[in-house]
Amino acid sequence: MRINQPFIDGSKAVSPLLIGVVPFGLVFGVVAADSVIGPALAWATSFIIFGGAAQLATIQLFDEGVVTVVVIATALVIGSRHVMYSAALVPYFQHFPRWSRFVLPYLLTDQAFAVSMVRFQDLDDPVEQRWFFTGAALTLWISWQLSTLIGVLVGAQLPEALSLEFAIPLVFIALLVLTVRTRPELVAALVGGAAAVIAAPAPLGLGLIVGALAGVAAGVVAHRVTQ
Amino acid sequence: MSAAIAILIIGVGTYLERLSFIGIIGDREVPEWAVLPLRFVSPAVFAALVAPAVLLQDGSIELSPASNPQALATVIALLVAWRTRSVAATLVLGMATLWLLQAVL
Repeated sequence: MRINQPFIDGSKAVSPLLIGVVPFGLVFGVVAADSVIGPALAWATSFIIFGGAAQLATIQLFDEGVVTVVVIATALVIGSRHVMYSAALVPYFQHFPRWSRFVLPYLLTDQAFAVSMVRFQDLDDPVEQRWFFTGAALTLWISWQLSTLIGVLVGAQLPEALSLEFAIPLVFIALLVLTVRTRPELVAALVGGAAAVIAAPAPLGLGLIVGALAGVAAGVVAHRVTQ
Repeated sequence: MSAAIAILIIGVGTYLERLSFIGIIGDREVPEWAVLPLRFVSPAVFAALVAPAVLLQDGSIELSPASNPQALATVIALLVAWRTRSVAATLVLGMATLWLLQAVL
């Protein structure tokens, strides 16, 4: 078989990011092992949803007993950033074969998007672009499936006294800090967190949605004010 | 609705979000009114997931390290995340702080 160089380049480009992805996958698996929805279904989110933050929120909300519609809404809101990635990739993907425009988006992640957008600037051939994206995205997909599976298998052996459920907010704390780069983003986070605490008594777990909407609105207002 | 069906719906929905512009909408810009709010989705949602989980106990705010060590561990984790920008370091030091507090308090 001919070795496909752009595919290998994509795989190599994404590999430094695995340092962040694999531990996240292990932790997700460890938490998933103890979920009320059962370890098998919790792990299956890795290929059904294939998005760490959305998967973790789904597990957390099912464990909190939140009403199902809110679980779905929250996971889809967390995934909404993919809409922006999708829009940004159109100029490249529109030259790809039709089948790949429907298959490859399944593999679209923060990391695959980031390395592809950087590399596509110097890569003119759509065929090479397609192989590069596939190499990066598939490497990430395989790493995620394996690391979450290992996490589930290991997590089932760990004692409850370790309070490992605290790993869920810890991951979100790290993701939160990474996404707060500007003042309006900080306002969105502070208002979102405060509103979610105040609205926590709301039925059906709607406090989370209230918090998220208040945070987004506050961010928009803060952006307008500082402009 | 069973959890399995809900997860399938999330899976299909997440795929459609990824497919949106590439496969359906095509070569059009994200509408102006949506660009700005989308930027604040991640910080707002992540904060809304974290704050009630670490601050509330039985429905009321509890900050005392003795009864809610997670609140203090969260402060340490925020500092670690801010200084290192590393998910792994935040996890390790956050869990270590919680275990330490549980051991001494």
